[in-house]
Amino acid sequence: MIRLKLRPRPGMICRQAVELVTDYLGDALSSAQRLRFERHLATCLDCPEYLAQMRAVITLAGSITPDDLTPRMRSELTSLYRRWLADES
Amino acid sequence: MFEDPDAELLSRLRAGDEGAFAELAGKYQSAMLSLARGYVPTGAVAEEVVQDTWVGVLRGIDRFEHRSTLRTWLFRILVNRAISAGVRERRSVPLDDLEPVVDASRFDAGGTWKVPPEPWADQVDDKVIAAKMAARIRAAIGELPLHQREVVTLRDVQGLSSEEVCAILGISQANQRVLLHRGRSKLRQIVESEFGRGR
Repeated sequence: MIRLKLRPRPGMICRQAVELVTDYLGDALSSAQRLRFERHLATCLDCPEYLAQMRAVITLAGSITPDDLTPRMRSELTSLYRRWLADES
Repeated sequence: MFEDPDAELLSRLRAGDEGAFAELAGKYQSAMLSLARGYVPTGAVAEEVVQDTWVGVLRGIDRFEHRSTLRTWLFRILVNRAISAGVRERRSVPLDDLEPVVDASRFDAGGTWKVPPEPWADQVDDKVIAAKMAARIRAAIGELPLHQREVVTLRDVQGLSSEEVCAILGISQANQRVLLHRGRSKLRQIVESEFGRGR
């Protein structure tokens, strides 16, 4: 006799999880996907570090401060602004 | 309704405050240059595009109607001018590299890590190391493919929202996410290969 076994949906694997990190962080996963992602994370030894690194990349990128304007750019912009102001009035 | 982070600068600018203009330029000029550079052949042309954008911004400032944030409007002007000055085609934002974001050889046949990420995330608590990593990331962003560089610069460096970025670049949310994910993943890989502790 054939026993019908209800197979649970296989869990998420690491290779899939790494593709979903940005969607996870941006809250763009469906709730079912989100659950699978978080379940995987709770049991995986390595993906939590991967997620932490992606978060760290975002933090580090956000810490980059804009280059200071070079003196030449600054003076060009100032004169551009003054010309505009003169034209306006 | 959204809040415009530059609302105060805008009203000062309209009132003819030169300092407000300098602040605005200090805030966005380097991102503008780097974005423009993706479209045009030389740094000098990129600078012209940026200058030209500022002229457009000043001329239009009284007509600016707050349908978007000031920076969205400003970057849209920039991208349009860069495209007209540029040699590169835009539009069809390609889902160009559809390779996996982590090299397939790092997983076993079942899709589990075989060569797991070398740890480094905890090192960002060290200010000195974090500064080195940030410098590396800054350089690496400049080497990303054009569209990834744009999205990463606007989202993660400048801190714009995904809505703003989609409006500036004329791309869909899904597209934006793919580009952002690919860009971030490459940056992560670069930091890992330079700062990861082998295990």
